[in-house]
Amino acid sequence: MKKSEVPQDKSNLESANLRELCYAVDENGEYTTAHTTGWDPKTIALNNAIEEINQRVEEAKNRVLNYQTSPIEYYMELHKMDLPILASYVGLWKWRVKRHFKPKVFNKLSNKLLQKYADVFEISIDQLKNIEHAN
Amino acid sequence: MQINFTHHQSAHCENGVVSNLMKHHGFNVSEPMVFGIGSGLLFCYIPFLKVNHAPAISYRAMPGFIFKRFAKRVGIKIEREKFKDPKKAKARLDENLQKNNPVGLQVGVYNLVYFPDEYRFHFNAHNLVVYGKEEDKYLISDPVMETVTTLTENQLEKVRFAKGALPPKGHIYYPTDFPKELDLERAIVKGIKHTCKDMLAPIPIIGVKGIRYTAKQIRKWPIKLGTKKANHYLGQIVRMQEEIGTGGGGFRYIFAAFLQESSKVLNNPKLAELSKEMTQIGDLWRDFAVDASRIYKNRGAKADGYNDVAKQLETIADKEEVFFKALKKAI
Repeated sequence: MKKSEVPQDKSNLESANLRELCYAVDENGEYTTAHTTGWDPKTIALNNAIEEINQRVEEAKNRVLNYQTSPIEYYMELHKMDLPILASYVGLWKWRVKRHFKPKVFNKLSNKLLQKYADVFEISIDQLKNIEHAN
Repeated sequence: MQINFTHHQSAHCENGVVSNLMKHHGFNVSEPMVFGIGSGLLFCYIPFLKVNHAPAISYRAMPGFIFKRFAKRVGIKIEREKFKDPKKAKARLDENLQKNNPVGLQVGVYNLVYFPDEYRFHFNAHNLVVYGKEEDKYLISDPVMETVTTLTENQLEKVRFAKGALPPKGHIYYPTDFPKELDLERAIVKGIKHTCKDMLAPIPIIGVKGIRYTAKQIRKWPIKLGTKKANHYLGQIVRMQEEIGTGGGGFRYIFAAFLQESSKVLNNPKLAELSKEMTQIGDLWRDFAVDASRIYKNRGAKADGYNDVAKQLETIADKEEVFFKALKKAI
């Protein structure tokens, strides 16, 4: 890549006033660094990934409202987590966390366990029990 | 309390931290030099390990390896420590700052407040330097940021004790012992040899073979998984290749810069030629990203698109195979 070709497309970096460093070749063929504000192909990739997460959150929310899963799964998706990540944050086995996705099991959870989840998601137990209170 | 530390922005966090710490101790080592000597370049595709619900793919060596190899090859000693207790981790950090010693930390990205929201994923192998403390704020030099920044005690503890894959566990590291002069020549040769060995490894998911394997998978994705998932997977490849930290083209440009610098250090004109070749291969990776992004932009894309980008990857694999064989001979 030539230094003059380093892309300066609009991207999400702009909001944080951040420019990335790229390596490129100058007119004399010498390597140098150049700032880039963004590049469309990867902005599209990132936006797609974010859209995918938003969809997962939305789906999880619907399943909570239909009593197909517990709010824990909704908050997990909201925090861009998956089962192994959530399990390691609450310090439980994966199969236990998965079991807590069942509304029936969730409703019987002790306050101590609920508090663990609430702490990870940085919300109150009340918000954990009722996702409508979240936003 | 503030240590007189100069912040230099780099493309990748691990190289950047090492390069900045070396510069602080009076050794002018560039980011590409750290990357090359530490044999950072790699290609690895792990279909059974899922990251963000897509197969894991990496364009570089495991986190921490670059620094470890670099230190061993140039003969510096590093002190590293991990903690169970956040209080002890904090105490050790404060102790070092008291002694005017800037330190490297491994942190998780998800709770790094100065990152744009869109970039905050559960990725635990980010690196930064702490170079001081003012009241309850730590002074942070994050190599991928343009300027220095700060984090409160709580904010820093959170990122140092992030959970998930590769948890940092408060990992702190800093160089303690330096040779009188760095023996760059020998280190460069070792670094290059190692990279050639990795890229030509007879393992189906690593190096040149890994690139071919990925191409083969891409051809299958739209039929096996449907367009939506196939696009998500393809997007992940492009993100790993170009997201904050690779310097463009999945580290190929940084590697080309390293070869150019090495050709001067070793007085080996062949390396300068190979640097140019690597730049061209980097351009091919960029072209691949452009075409891949076209596929997931127009969702109704035909299966042909996947075959096209798979073919591009196969061409890259062929070129890199020739390249690394030539590089092995040139050194």
